[in-house]
Amino acid sequence: MRKLSAVAVATVSALALFTGAALAEKLTIGLASEPTSMDPHFHNLGPNNAMSVHIFDRLIAQDEKQRLSPGLAVSWKPIDDLTWEFKLREGVKFHDGSDFTADDVICTMERAPEVPNSPSGYGTYLKGKSFKKIDDYTVHAITEAPYPLMANDISTIPVISDSAGCGAATEDFNAGSASIGTGPFKFSDYKPGESITLVRNDDYWGDAPAWSEVEFRPIKSGPSRVAALLAGDVDMIAGVPTTDISTLEAKDDIQLSQGVSNRVIYLHMDQFRENSPFVKGNDGSEIKNPLMDQRVRLAISKAINRDAIVDRVMEGVAIPAGQLLPEGFFGVSDKLSPEAYDPEAAKALLAEAGYGDGFQLTIHGPNDRYINDAKIAEAIGQMLTRVGIKTAVETMPRSVYFGRASRGSPDGLPEFSFILVGWGAGSGEASSPLKSLIHTFDKDKGFGSSNRGRHSNAEIDALIEEALQTVDDEKRQDLLAKSTEMAIENVAIIPTHFQVNTWAAKKGLKYTPRTDEYTLAMGVVKE
Amino acid sequence: MTVFVIRRLMQAIFVVFLMSVIVFFGVNVVGDPVYMLVSPDADQADIEAAIRRLGLDRPIWEQYFLFLKGALQGNLGDSFVFGEPALKLILHHMPATLELAFSALFLSIVLGIPLGLFSGLYPDNPVSKGIMAGSILGFSLPTFWVGLMLILLFAVELGWLPSTGRGDTASIFGIETSLATWDGIRHIFLPALNLSLLKISLAIRLTRAGVREAMGQDYVKYARAKGLSTSRIIFVHVMKNIMIPVVTVMGLEFGSLIGFSVVTETIFAWPGMGKLLIDAILQLDRPVVVAYLMIMVLFFVLINLVVDILYSILDPRVRLQDQGA
Repeated sequence: MRKLSAVAVATVSALALFTGAALAEKLTIGLASEPTSMDPHFHNLGPNNAMSVHIFDRLIAQDEKQRLSPGLAVSWKPIDDLTWEFKLREGVKFHDGSDFTADDVICTMERAPEVPNSPSGYGTYLKGKSFKKIDDYTVHAITEAPYPLMANDISTIPVISDSAGCGAATEDFNAGSASIGTGPFKFSDYKPGESITLVRNDDYWGDAPAWSEVEFRPIKSGPSRVAALLAGDVDMIAGVPTTDISTLEAKDDIQLSQGVSNRVIYLHMDQFRENSPFVKGNDGSEIKNPLMDQRVRLAISKAINRDAIVDRVMEGVAIPAGQLLPEGFFGVSDKLSPEAYDPEAAKALLAEAGYGDGFQLTIHGPNDRYINDAKIAEAIGQMLTRVGIKTAVETMPRSVYFGRASRGSPDGLPEFSFILVGWGAGSGEASSPLKSLIHTFDKDKGFGSSNRGRHSNAEIDALIEEALQTVDDEKRQDLLAKSTEMAIENVAIIPTHFQVNTWAAKKGLKYTPRTDEYTLAMGVVKE
Repeated sequence: MTVFVIRRLMQAIFVVFLMSVIVFFGVNVVGDPVYMLVSPDADQADIEAAIRRLGLDRPIWEQYFLFLKGALQGNLGDSFVFGEPALKLILHHMPATLELAFSALFLSIVLGIPLGLFSGLYPDNPVSKGIMAGSILGFSLPTFWVGLMLILLFAVELGWLPSTGRGDTASIFGIETSLATWDGIRHIFLPALNLSLLKISLAIRLTRAGVREAMGQDYVKYARAKGLSTSRIIFVHVMKNIMIPVVTVMGLEFGSLIGFSVVTETIFAWPGMGKLLIDAILQLDRPVVVAYLMIMVLFFVLINLVVDILYSILDPRVRLQDQGA
């Protein structure tokens, strides 16, 4: 009798465990932005990359803090100045059962930059690199000059299958026949605008995910996304609007997870025109561009109350910034902290520079790109006006803004004088913002492509270029930190804050926040 | 009638051509799609390559000429964002929007006309006054707010219906539609109701006004005197007369149900053309915006034609011919 009941209890509890697990194994996630394709090489865009991580492994993986870890390559190292050697993982199988070998890597690197009709491809990361198969599990990457960022670049390229994917068109990936990877999930169904369904890859070489099936639903409208979570239609949502955070926090059955992102919000100032179009004297006359003067730029930085922006505008969901990446990232400086709010010192600096009475300025910013972007621009406008720089605020949709901010003036130069922008370091280290935002605009070398203030300092340029040629990690860290310190000292740009992203999930689910803003089913665990 | 239809089609072609000029140039002077597409990591050479690939380095009249040349061959250009033909994308999203619009039209007819009839026949009844007050709300409340309130009430608080998305579909006569499954109908109910609120109010008001007017007319008095039953008078004689304005307005409004379901589709994450359009506008996917507007122009022109033909069936006095001829 006793034995029987013990068996019964065991059966019942096993059954309960089983049904409990089976019920909870499907995960539904509400996404704020939808991938434009299932072809992993079609569009180099955050939502696309996040989706492709589920199906396609990279040679080198980026963890939740964008640190590099072995993916399909177990090790990588430079064997001479111009050659990197990748040792591949053995025994890995694609979703269709075929073996993963060097041939897949070679054909991936050939296809990734060459996808027809791609709006923005992966050629950016593969320029100047050629790949050579040494044996089935060894690949060499050869460059024309020493190239330390090899591992970071390679970590952005999803590996597809030679037999199923390399000859396939984007439609074949969308239909699923070519979406054969080695990743933790397999392609199941793709309905553009509606849903993307993935199922678990039970033969995954790494840790198997907790979910047998995952459905992603794009719900663009923020309030609707929150409502879908509250109604129980989805288990988790990405991109919780800041205005809803306090409401959700108060709910017992909802759990939030927050994490700083790799995105810095900053101000660029016109430093290349003697007469800047949106800088005027107090009487509206043309004046010599005061933003050329480092003291004026520093005064602006001091006039900005970063804590107030974080507390009031961002409702506490941001971190004041003193450099280009938050602490913990490769290449950041430990000597820099956010410029303290000091309106008196700002006024004194303006007076010293000969602008004691201030001048007129317009700040331009997008109104649909970053979290609360238009409100931040308004707040900054008010703060500057308080120290005497009479600042007008003009915000516009990003579709209009970025074109004008990059090359809107008649001669193809940036149109604005003082702008609010953000930068997410896709590579997860400091060379990304340094070479695009701080380095002198140089078309031939491909540096400074987003340097819309056109700050130019030969010394910093040399440091950045040296860092980009330095393979030794420790030396490179120092060079990147040094160039960041110099850029901040010269007030090349003014960082205001780092964005913090918020996910919300049903009670019992926990999401590990990621600095790259990706929403990954692998990061969701049952508590 | 044939001559009438042919003449109308000729006019339609002219209208479509004119619109293509306005739309193409209008859309192409706004913003810069390149920076919406390229990765921030792209360097100057990548950006220039993207500009060339999209054909944005050509003068605008040349871009228009290429567009027109393609359009005449049935190719309205490739989406910048998806790399697929814009027409294909729109057609792919069309069934979802059409089923939403038809459901909304259905709701506005089956709810609007009986309610309007009731309040027209019994104008002093408190229920009628309630209906009329409700119709004012239907007119004046903004769609996005009502949509969110519907979600909050029926999905979050009561939990009766799903909040967003399109549910299961099945195919009837070869068309994938969510009206064929129970799950699909549960999903479509809220967005269709939200989209139809304004049309319901419109139908109520039109029907009520028509009934009020018709009930005092001689032919109704005569029918009464002749001893016809009230239901025959109302449903055969009065209805026939008041349906003309209702059909006209509902027909024209059907176009706007399709064309302006943008807000409802965005709030309910409905994967229709409206959501495709709003995404295309935000991302400056010019070919999709242009193709969408061209298709809408065609739609409106065709609906007008259908309304004209329906007229002649409802009212034999209306003849399909040109006024001038």
